[in-house]
Parts: sequence; structure tokens; C-alpha cells
Amino acid sequence: MFVLVEMTDTVRIPPWQFERKLNESIAEELNKKLANKVVYNVGLCICLYDITKLEDSYIFPGDGASHTKVHFRYVVFHPFLDEILVGEIKSCSQDGVHVSIGFFDDIVIPPESLQQPAKFDEAEQVWVWEYETEEGAHDLYMDIGEEIRFRVVDETFVDTSPTGPSSAEASTSNATEEVQKKEAPYTLVGSISEPGLGLLSWWTNS
Amino acid sequence: MEVKDANAALLSNFEVFQLLTDLKQQRKESGKSKQSSGQQNLNTIMYETLKYISKTPCRYQSPETVKEFLVAMKSHKLTKAEKLQLLNHRPVTAVEIQLMVEESEERLTEEQIESLLQTVASILPGDPEEQQRDSAMETEGRGGQ
Repeated sequence: MFVLVEMTDTVRIPPWQFERKLNESIAEELNKKLANKVVYNVGLCICLYDITKLEDSYIFPGDGASHTKVHFRYVVFHPFLDEILVGEIKSCSQDGVHVSIGFFDDIVIPPESLQQPAKFDEAEQVWVWEYETEEGAHDLYMDIGEEIRFRVVDETFVDTSPTGPSSAEASTSNATEEVQKKEAPYTLVGSISEPGLGLLSWWTNS
Repeated sequence: MEVKDANAALLSNFEVFQLLTDLKQQRKESGKSKQSSGQQNLNTIMYETLKYISKTPCRYQSPETVKEFLVAMKSHKLTKAEKLQLLNHRPVTAVEIQLMVEESEERLTEEQIESLLQTVASILPGDPEEQQRDSAMETEGRGGQ
């Protein structure tokens, strides 16, 4: 689920923090910059693991702060393809089941990856697995708050950095910008179409 | 900012759990941070991640059990990713093993799957309450005979 990512960055320490130990100031700045943020094509950054190398600090004319190039390792949430994860059902809608892991919410299981046959119950707004046995069909409801085991089948990174002013489409840009803002920078697509996947309560022996 | 290696190492849930608890301890000891607005993101992510990991079997693990587990796994010839998943999830049924180990029907016989489950159950600690209940039920059963 978590990987270690090696990165380098130049960290700016303002003069009023010079009395603190350099390592502490740098750790704080890196966490302030990266914690709980998605880095494009890398994943959701959790926290700093360690600082591997500090190069010399420079002070540039006009700015009293010191600039230090830092090599460090960061703990990042980036599940690998086909990894099994356990999450909680957050909501169900026509485009699938939305699962959350607490610190990461943008996981969706599309209708075609549910245990088949499945139908969407409009009245209760939940997906249902129509499980067939010799006695007849059981309806297994996928209720909100239930723990669900799923496999990661796909991930999507969207670059949400600001695109700058576009003078040509000044009137339409407002609407498109709003749509863009709603898009999550990192989404996972899951699947529960295998035996063993789905609600934990479906597969426990007891 | 430059990313030198986006996949330098895989971390188990237990390692992240240890790291975050240590970090939380450190921050508590150093007193209230001066710029709490900047630290809010770190606080949020730490809290949520700790909350999630605390619900998994990883909270009962220790560095020694992890090492013991990896040594015991050597004989089964599993890939790194498969061992990591077994470590993080502590499967108790054969169907879970089939999910985590690729092509398990071809690579593992039924006895091997059984022995794998046994190793996982014995080396990796589970919920202590459940284990007490299980062992109590076992002794009751034996007493009844």
C-alpha cells in the first residue's frame, strides 16, 4: 500500500528560524509542503521518512533566507496494480460503489466489476448482489459503512496544476474551471468480481 | 522539486504504523507547534492513516515477528508483493490466499496452502481477544471429551 519515494527539493528557511536545528526546520517545511498532497504520477504523500543528504545552504542577494538542496525519502500511498485492499463503503450510485480508506476517498468500483449478477436498488440507493444457490436467489445488500475487500485494477492521475489565464475563452472558462476543480487528482478503480472479494461478511466462515 | 525514484522501496503497514506513532510521540513531546495552520495537513493525514492502520492486524506486530515471518516464508517461493500482502492482511481462509498469491492453483498444492495458513496464524499475532476465545473453546471441547 505504501512506498518510499526518493525526492530532492530546495528548501527555503527564513532567517527567524535560524536558531532551530537545520534538520528540524527542513523536516517541518517538507511536511508542510507535501503531507496529504498528491504528487502527479507518484501518489498521496503521507509523511517524511528521513533526510538522506543535505547539500550546502546558500543565501542569495536580496533574500535573507537560506536555500538548501535536500535529498530525502517520503512515505507515499501508492497501491500497486492488483493489490488487495480493505476499505469502507462510503456511498452507492449509478456509476458504481464508492469506497473510502479513511485517508483516501477516491476509490470507485464500476458496476461491471461487481459480483455478477448485480442490480441497483433505486429505493434504498444501494447495489445488490443477486446470489444464486439451489434454494433460490439471495439478495446481498452492499450497505454504507460495511467493510469491503477489493482489488486495485486501475489508477488515474490528473494534473490539477493551474493552467493560467486563457484570454480566448474568458466567458466559458468559468464553467470549465469549476468542472476541473471537482476532479480528484488521484483516483483508483477497484474490482470485486472474484471469489473472496466484496463485503467481508460474505466470506467469513463463522 | 524532483522525483528521483518513485519506487525506492515497499513499506509494510506495520512500518508506516511505527513511523507515524513515533512521529506523533515526537510532536507531542516538543509541545504545541508554533505554526499550526501549516501543520494541519500533516495532522489530518497522520490521524486518518493511524486510524485506518489501527483497524488492521498490523497493530499487533513487532519487528521480530515480521522478521520471523519473512524467514518462514522463504521456503514457499513467493514474490515480494505476495509476502507483503500476506503480512498486511493476515489471511485465515484459503480463498484469501488464492486472491493474494497469483496462480495459486498451479503453484501451491492444497497442503502447501494449509501450511501457509498455519504459518501465518502462528507467527503473525492476531486479535488477542479472539485468540483467547479460540483457545478457551478448544480447551472446553477437550474437556467435554
